[in-house]
Amino acid sequence: MNSQIAAILTIDGIASGAIYVLIAIGFVLIFAVTRIIFVPFGDMTAFTALTLASLEGKQLPGTVGMVAVLAALATLMEIFSLWRADELKRIPRALFFYLVLPLAPAAVIWLTSGTLLPAAARIVLTVAVILPIAPLLNRIVYRPIADSTVLVLLIVSVALHFALSGLGLLFFGPEGVRTESLIDYTAIIAGTPVSGQAMLIVASAIFFSFLLYLFFNYTLYGKALYATSINRTGARLMGIRPQQSGTIAFLVGSLLAAVSGILIAPVNTIFYDSGFIIGLKAFVGAIIGGMVSFPVTAIGSAFVGILESFAAFLSSQFKEVIVFSVLIPVLLWRSYTLVHAEEEDDE
Amino acid sequence: MRKYVFGLTALTALSFAATASHAQELTVGFVTSLSGPASSIGLNYEKGMNAAYAWKGEINGQKIKLIKLDDGSDPSAATKNARKLVEQDKVDVLMGTSSAPGTNAMLTVANELKVPFIGVSPVNVPLPTEGHPWGISMVQTPQLMVKVIADRMKRDGIKTVGFIGFSDSWGDLVYNGAKAAETNGGPAVLTNERYARTDTSVTAQALKVVAAKPDGFLNGGSATQAALPLLELRKLGFQGPFFGTPSLLNRDFVRIGAKAAEGTQVSAGPVVVTSQLPNGHFAKKIGTEFHDSFKKLTGSDADDGFSGYAFDGWVVLLEAAKTAMAKAKPGTPEFREALMQAIYANKDVAGVHAVYNFTPKSYYGVDERSLVVVKLADGKWVYQP
Repeated sequence: MNSQIAAILTIDGIASGAIYVLIAIGFVLIFAVTRIIFVPFGDMTAFTALTLASLEGKQLPGTVGMVAVLAALATLMEIFSLWRADELKRIPRALFFYLVLPLAPAAVIWLTSGTLLPAAARIVLTVAVILPIAPLLNRIVYRPIADSTVLVLLIVSVALHFALSGLGLLFFGPEGVRTESLIDYTAIIAGTPVSGQAMLIVASAIFFSFLLYLFFNYTLYGKALYATSINRTGARLMGIRPQQSGTIAFLVGSLLAAVSGILIAPVNTIFYDSGFIIGLKAFVGAIIGGMVSFPVTAIGSAFVGILESFAAFLSSQFKEVIVFSVLIPVLLWRSYTLVHAEEEDDE
Repeated sequence: MRKYVFGLTALTALSFAATASHAQELTVGFVTSLSGPASSIGLNYEKGMNAAYAWKGEINGQKIKLIKLDDGSDPSAATKNARKLVEQDKVDVLMGTSSAPGTNAMLTVANELKVPFIGVSPVNVPLPTEGHPWGISMVQTPQLMVKVIADRMKRDGIKTVGFIGFSDSWGDLVYNGAKAAETNGGPAVLTNERYARTDTSVTAQALKVVAAKPDGFLNGGSATQAALPLLELRKLGFQGPFFGTPSLLNRDFVRIGAKAAEGTQVSAGPVVVTSQLPNGHFAKKIGTEFHDSFKKLTGSDADDGFSGYAFDGWVVLLEAAKTAMAKAKPGTPEFREALMQAIYANKDVAGVHAVYNFTPKSYYGVDERSLVVVKLADGKWVYQP
C-alpha cells in the first residue's frame, strides 16, 4: 500500500463515514429522547434512494402507497384515542396533522406522476414524502407502548424493521436502483482524485450536524428536546410534553435518513434491503458515542467508515468481521469507564 | 343407494375405459414456479415449454399429453408434485423446475421411483450407487461458463486477470473455475476480492485490482450489482477489458453499468444471439424455429436464457421418445427404462443451447459448444466468433 492508495481509501472511508454520521446522529437523537433504538432507520435511507430513483424513472414510487396506509392507520388510532378521552374538539387538528400534512407531498407526487420534474424538485418531493414516515410509525407502533422497557422497545424495533423491509419488497420490487449523479466533478487534490459527490456528502454531514447544533442551542423545541434527552422525568416536570418531543425527534430522524438516502443514491446501487447493513454500521458509530454524545458519535461513525475502507483493502472477505469486531473492545471500554445512568431502575 | 352404486360402477368403468384408450400416448409432467420468489425465472420456463409444445406437440402422429403444475418456488411442493404426477397421472417423464433446490428434490423422487427426469436447473444430487441415474440437467455447469471465457482471454492474449466477486458460493464457483483454468494455461488470477450485494462501496477492492495491474478483469458477481466493480474500476482509471459469466446477461446490469459496462465480454448460451449466429452453427436452424414459435405464442422475443432450457429438454425428450416408442408402450416401466436408455444412446442432439451427449456417469451432457462469447456494444449483446 502506498500513500496514494491510502489517500484514496481514506477519502472513500470518510465519504461512507459521513453517511454513517448522519444516520448515527439520528439514532442517538431518537434514543436519547424516546429510549427507542430505531432499527428501521437504514430501511428509510434505502426507501429514500428508491423513491428518488422511481421519480427519475417517471414511475409512481411505492412510498406514496406506504405513506397513505400509514397516515390512514395513524389517523384512525388518533381519532379513537381522542374519542376514548372524550376530546372530540381536537379531532380536526388531529386530522390535519396525521392525514392532511403527511398526504400532501404524496398527493403532489401522485398528481405529477408520469412527468419528469427538475432534479431539485424531485429531491425536495422525495424528502417531503419520506419525512412523515418515522413520526407516523412512532404514532402507530411506539406511542401505545411508550412506557415499556428499552428491551421491549428494541424487540419491537427489530420486528418493525422486518415488516418494513418486507413492505419494501412489495412496494419497490427486488431490483436495485442507482440515480443520476448530483454533480459530475472531480478535483485532484495532491495527486489524488476526489469526487464531487464525496465532497457533497461530507459537506452535507457537516452542514446538518451544524444545523442540529443550532437547533439544540437556539430554538425552544431544540432545548426541550435536549432537556428530555438529558432527563425525561425532569423535563416532564418542567412542562415539556414527552409525546411532542418524541414526534419532533422522529421528524428530525426522518430528515436525516432522507438526506443520507439522497446522498447515497448516486454512489451505489440500492436495493429494498440495503438499508439494514448501512444502519448497522452507523449503529456501531452510535455505540462508540455511548448513545449519548453527538460529537463522539460523529467521530466514531467516521472512524467506522475509514476502518471499513481499509479493511476491505486488506482483506475484503473479512471486511464485515473486522468492522463489527471493533464493537467488542469499544463495549468493554465503555462498560468500564462510563458511569451508568440509573434511569432504568427508577421506573 | 342402488342408484349411487350403479353410478359409481359406471364411473369406474368409464375411467378404466379412459385409461385404456389413453395408455398409448406419451404423458409428460412439467413442474415450474409460477408464484413465489423463483417465479420471475419460472415464468420463462413456462413460456419456453409452451413454445416447445406449440413447435412439436405430437409424436408418431399422436398428441403428447402435457400436464403442468406450479410448485410455488417451494422444494417440498416440487417433491409433492413429482410424486403426484408419477403415482396419479402415471407420467412417462418428469420435467422441472425453476430453482436448484426444487430441481434436486424432483431428481431425488425420479431416482427413487425410476422415472426419467429432465431438469432445467443445475442439480447436485449424488449419483445412485446401484443402476443408472434417472435424471439429466440441461444447463451448462459454472465451471464450463468460466472455462469458455478463460479460453477466450487466453486467445486474446490476456496473461493476467483481476477478480472481484460476490462473497457467496457464486463468487467461489467463478473464482475456483478461473483458478482451474489458470492451471491449464489460462490467465493468472492476481486478486481474489469479494463484496456483498448490499455493500455501499467497492473502491478498496477495485484499488487492489488496479494496484495488481492485470491485463483484464473477471467479474464474479451476478445481475444488477455486478455492475458496481466495473463502474468503480473505470472511475479509478482501469483500462483493461472486462469479462464475465452468463449471470451478467441481465437488463438491469446493462442499465446500471451503462458506459462502464460497455465492451464487457461474457460466455452465454447461443440461444441469446441466435439471429447473429453463422449459418453453419448447430443452433442456428433449431434456434430460429424456437424464437419463431416463442414469438408467435407470447408476442415478444425470447431474450432470456431460461426458456431455451425448457425447449431443449423437450428436444432431447422427443429424440429419445422416438426410439423408445418402438421398443415399449408408454405408461409401462419398460418404456421408462427404454426412454432413459435412449437419452443416453442418442449422440449429438442439437438444441438451442448446446449439443447434448448424456451418459450415465453424470447428470450433465454439454460441452464447450454450449457457450459462445458475446460482447456488450451499445447496450446490446453481440456475438463474438
